[in-house]
Amino acid sequence: MNRDELLLQLEIDQLNARYAAALDERRFDDWPAFFLEDGRYTVQARENFDRGLPLALIALESRGMMKDRVYGITQTIFHGPYYTRHVLSPAQLLSPEGERIRAQTHYAVFRTRPGDASEVYNVGRYIDEIVRTPEGLKFARRTCVYDSEMILNSLIYPI
Amino acid sequence: MNAPESLPRWSRAGSSRVPFWAYTDPQLYREELEKIFYGPHWCYVGLEIEVPKVGDYRLTWVGERSVILVRDRVAPKDRGTDTGIRVVENRCAHRGVRFCQQPHGNARSFVCPYHQWTYKLNGELAGLPFKEGVPAVDAAGQPCVQGGMPADFDVKQHGLRQLRVAVLHGLVFATFSDEAEPLEEYLGPQILPWLDRIFSGRQLTLLGYNRQRIPGNWKLMMENIKDPYHPGLLHTWFVTFGLWRADQKSRMVMDAQGRHAVMISRRNEGGENKAVTQGVTSFKADMALNDTRLLDVVPEPWWKVPDPANPGTDIMPSVTMITLFPSLIIQQQVNSLSTRHIVPRGEGEFDFVWTHFGFADDSEEMTRRRLRQANLFGPAGFVSADDGEVIQFSQDGFRQWGEDGETLCELGGTDTQGTEHMVTETLIRSMYAYWRKVMGA
Repeated sequence: MNRDELLLQLEIDQLNARYAAALDERRFDDWPAFFLEDGRYTVQARENFDRGLPLALIALESRGMMKDRVYGITQTIFHGPYYTRHVLSPAQLLSPEGERIRAQTHYAVFRTRPGDASEVYNVGRYIDEIVRTPEGLKFARRTCVYDSEMILNSLIYPI
Repeated sequence: MNAPESLPRWSRAGSSRVPFWAYTDPQLYREELEKIFYGPHWCYVGLEIEVPKVGDYRLTWVGERSVILVRDRVAPKDRGTDTGIRVVENRCAHRGVRFCQQPHGNARSFVCPYHQWTYKLNGELAGLPFKEGVPAVDAAGQPCVQGGMPADFDVKQHGLRQLRVAVLHGLVFATFSDEAEPLEEYLGPQILPWLDRIFSGRQLTLLGYNRQRIPGNWKLMMENIKDPYHPGLLHTWFVTFGLWRADQKSRMVMDAQGRHAVMISRRNEGGENKAVTQGVTSFKADMALNDTRLLDVVPEPWWKVPDPANPGTDIMPSVTMITLFPSLIIQQQVNSLSTRHIVPRGEGEFDFVWTHFGFADDSEEMTRRRLRQANLFGPAGFVSADDGEVIQFSQDGFRQWGEDGETLCELGGTDTQGTEHMVTETLIRSMYAYWRKVMGA
């Protein structure tokens, strides 16, 4: 790994840290801005991903859809309240595709409901395509492929 | 010593009050497995397209029993009558091992790893090591045979447990019972037209799975989809965008036994209608989507069918929610199609497996539309995520109070008739009327 790659990895780690903090601190309105205007956000079960089945748990194709999701999680979907805590691995750079930086990062998301112990909620990896813009690095695509075979009842907030 | 406790009994006539013990009693739940899931009922196990080629298999469930859905070879003389679809229990006839551990795959035969008992795809025992013993030489130097199975051991008697199988329009059902009536009779003439409408003559394509574990009694999921009262109240998207609410033209249909049902409705434009939106906090008058592709509904020609209840006229619902007792829900909500399989795990928990599908002749746009609308459903869905949550909180409420509590399902009265509107809990009452009969409660 040369110096440029190392710096890029650190830059992506910082992006991931800001992303996780926004979600764990419940600043959901900040979340769509991590993406390009036509960025894609997908949460998909590993069994579908591995078998090439297209169904996803959540599949959003624009910042607009992400804003609609934020409205859903804050205003319309009834659910038991909970906090998330993201724990992320360092990013692993993958071979770029044209201008797009590609990276993969492992994640574990813990859920804590009021009055309960924390529990392992969703475990998987981000597979990302990232673009450098005047506003900094943005996700063109973030695919969260989760190993967890069962969603623990519901999944409301972004991963 | 302690005598076995007898089942608590339903304290009043009818089925409009459901006792909390129906959801919380572990002994009752064991009886439900025997009398319902392993009794004379057909349980959904999957779609035929999940096992397209000979030898393709997948693990699935009947009640708490792991079973294997597999496509077998079909003898040339049986082509046309035999679908080749088999369902066998995932439990070795030798020592009871749940031997198959890969969720899906392709096999020439099934082999239990413990002692290599080998089964054909249809579950028949093909062979086992050392059946005839091991040739050896005895102390006198004479050839002999050591061990082996007894002379009267008959491989035909020691296959995997084979379930009866019925395939209807690519939906696969199985039962452990010899007494269950033929599937089409089991479903009944009131329900069949609504299955025909979605499936008849169409080749399905598999879009994928979503799986969730819900900490509530399995019957609560059936109730949720037999309850047209809640969607326009709990689900903002349904009331605001007119996908399901009480001012729509609707019909509640059930089979003669009251165990299966179809909720049929036709979408309207949504928006304000004081009769059904005033005071409804989930109604959001000003809500508009930033990206309308999430709800890009395109009517499909097959939605329109002759009205089974009014010969000579047509009906064009935008939504049909079909509940097939005990464990299958089939959803058509606008362009989104799925089967939802209830897998019970004790009295207080079940797994809910969503299999989304489309049709082989769907355009690319239609496939994309079905996948986009899948954002509304499943464990993270804009509308369905809250169903799992309220089921959990229902179970919590039953548990905290105890046996003498009961739920009240009396919207639209206490009877169990079909209706031409959705302001009713009749389908829940009819299911419990049937359940009482089966359970002797």
